[in-house]
Amino acid sequence: MAVAEHRPPILRLVLGAFLAAWLVIAAFPFLWTMWGAFKVESDFFSKADWTYALNGTRTLVETGGRFTGDGFEGAWVQEEFWRAALNSIVVVVSVVVISLTFGTLGAYALARSGFRYAFWLLMLALIFRAMPPITLVSGYLLPFFEWNVWGHLSTTILVLVAINQPFTLWMLTSFFRNIPKDLDESAMVDGCTRFQAFRHVIIPVMWPGVITTGLFSFLLAYNDFAVTAMLLSKENQTMIPKIASFLGTTQTDGNVMFAVAAVVSVTAPLFVLIMFFQKQIVSGLTAGAVKG
Amino acid sequence: MLAMLLFIAMPIVSVLTQSVFVPHEQIIIEVENCGPFGCQTSTAIDQEASEKLRIEQPMGRFAGLDIYLDRSHIAVKELATAWQEKVSLGGFLSQVNNLPFYGALAFTLTYTAVVTPLAIGLGFLIALSVNALPRICRGPTIFFSLLPMIITPLIGALILFWMVDARGILGSAIQWLMNDPNLSLKASTPLTWMMLMVYGIWSSAPFAFVVYYAGLQSVSQDALEAARLDGASRWERIRYVVIPHLLPLTTFMALIKIMDNFRVFEPIVSFNAEAHAQSLSYFIYSDLGGETRLLSSAAATSVLTIMGVAVLLSPVVVRTWRNFGKS
Repeated sequence: MAVAEHRPPILRLVLGAFLAAWLVIAAFPFLWTMWGAFKVESDFFSKADWTYALNGTRTLVETGGRFTGDGFEGAWVQEEFWRAALNSIVVVVSVVVISLTFGTLGAYALARSGFRYAFWLLMLALIFRAMPPITLVSGYLLPFFEWNVWGHLSTTILVLVAINQPFTLWMLTSFFRNIPKDLDESAMVDGCTRFQAFRHVIIPVMWPGVITTGLFSFLLAYNDFAVTAMLLSKENQTMIPKIASFLGTTQTDGNVMFAVAAVVSVTAPLFVLIMFFQKQIVSGLTAGAVKG
Repeated sequence: MLAMLLFIAMPIVSVLTQSVFVPHEQIIIEVENCGPFGCQTSTAIDQEASEKLRIEQPMGRFAGLDIYLDRSHIAVKELATAWQEKVSLGGFLSQVNNLPFYGALAFTLTYTAVVTPLAIGLGFLIALSVNALPRICRGPTIFFSLLPMIITPLIGALILFWMVDARGILGSAIQWLMNDPNLSLKASTPLTWMMLMVYGIWSSAPFAFVVYYAGLQSVSQDALEAARLDGASRWERIRYVVIPHLLPLTTFMALIKIMDNFRVFEPIVSFNAEAHAQSLSYFIYSDLGGETRLLSSAAATSVLTIMGVAVLLSPVVVRTWRNFGKS
């Protein structure tokens, strides 16, 4: 860190200013929207004076308070956003659980088998990452119509797991490689079977990798729009397509605030998530890159 | 030994079934593609489904490559006429741009070409400046920097969209700056493209930042120190020590970003920009959605898109293959 201390003040100032500008660019939209969600529409989209959005002049006139929960009430109760939230929870939890269960078992076997799957796995993960999910969806639609499974949550869960699985496997495999082989081998010398070794030796030490991978499965399932929008029927929609459908209906009704409130409700859990798991997210993002 | 073999083999089998399962979905794509054309190639793969298809869809006549060649995809005929009647190269190009598939392709490629380098550059600058911060401030800085990336793309784009709305804060600010009260970002094609690209840079710079930041932590301090003792200036140290160290990361990141940008989709939905800018993904989406569900058209575009991805990726795949061969 000797280098950092020798920076000339001007350079420091420039870097600091640049960073501050970036932080404003990165964070301001979210804070602004969060603040605005508690206002009425004529404040959030204020033609007359932009300070209205800050101190809620119209909100005071229309509702009698500086803040209002009308947008949230409209979205959650009137437009039944809670149903979409419930669906989201079902989808996200199932995707994470299923892909992690298969992922850990499969990745452990791959990591210990010694054979060179790594390349194909990596390629598979890459290909699935590269292909726009919508191209896959266009392939699913017709068979799903034929089999009458279109529109159900379970179908969507399966598709999401399938899309996500190569990535999960690849990440977990590289993680299990880092657990020394001696660990489970010595357990087996002591008389454990392979499965017992996995259960008693590997499971206690695997959590960091599993949590990181789980986070990414979570994000994928939570953020997905292409798959859920196309594969779910209207009453089974998760939150993201629900918001997209808000856009069509509410903009004509003059209820943009419903959508704004819904957007804030979707963002809030992600905020909390990043706050708690920042380290894992960063390490997960970089693991792939640094190891190449 | 036998038990060990068994226990290794069992999860492998489960993986194998999975790995069969995953490609199986791709095979279904092929089934679907040929479905509307009459399903001739698919019988070997999924007999039941294609049998069913044939019974339930007697209308699915064999169309061959027609769908690929019609007006909304490769549009050979229209290209030929445009080429024959062309007055100038520019005129020809704008004609081509009016064909939906080429319009989408043009936007997708422009978007990828503009956003990828800019996002990586911005990420690099942020990483450098965060690295200069005292340790205590780094956590919150990283937290805020991650936001644009982690937030659902559709949501992030929506938030920006509301802000640049003519009545939103940024939209008003721009109107005030340009002194033009009727200026609307949504109404003009170049401005819409710019807006989408700004969103793209905004949302993908954090990834570059995080990767570079991790890379910077592993720059050898000894090498930096040695360079300093040899009289290298600050800039020279960055140029000759730090950048070479980060170069492999850059290739990797460029690859990931190209893939991500190539499938740009959600921002167009949120920005309501389909009238001005269509990406390949959006093109498929609009074919699939709506009342008509033009499955075969969407499938044709999908195949073309996958071909595009394959072209983009092929150099990397070949290189990785060689690397694996070496090690």
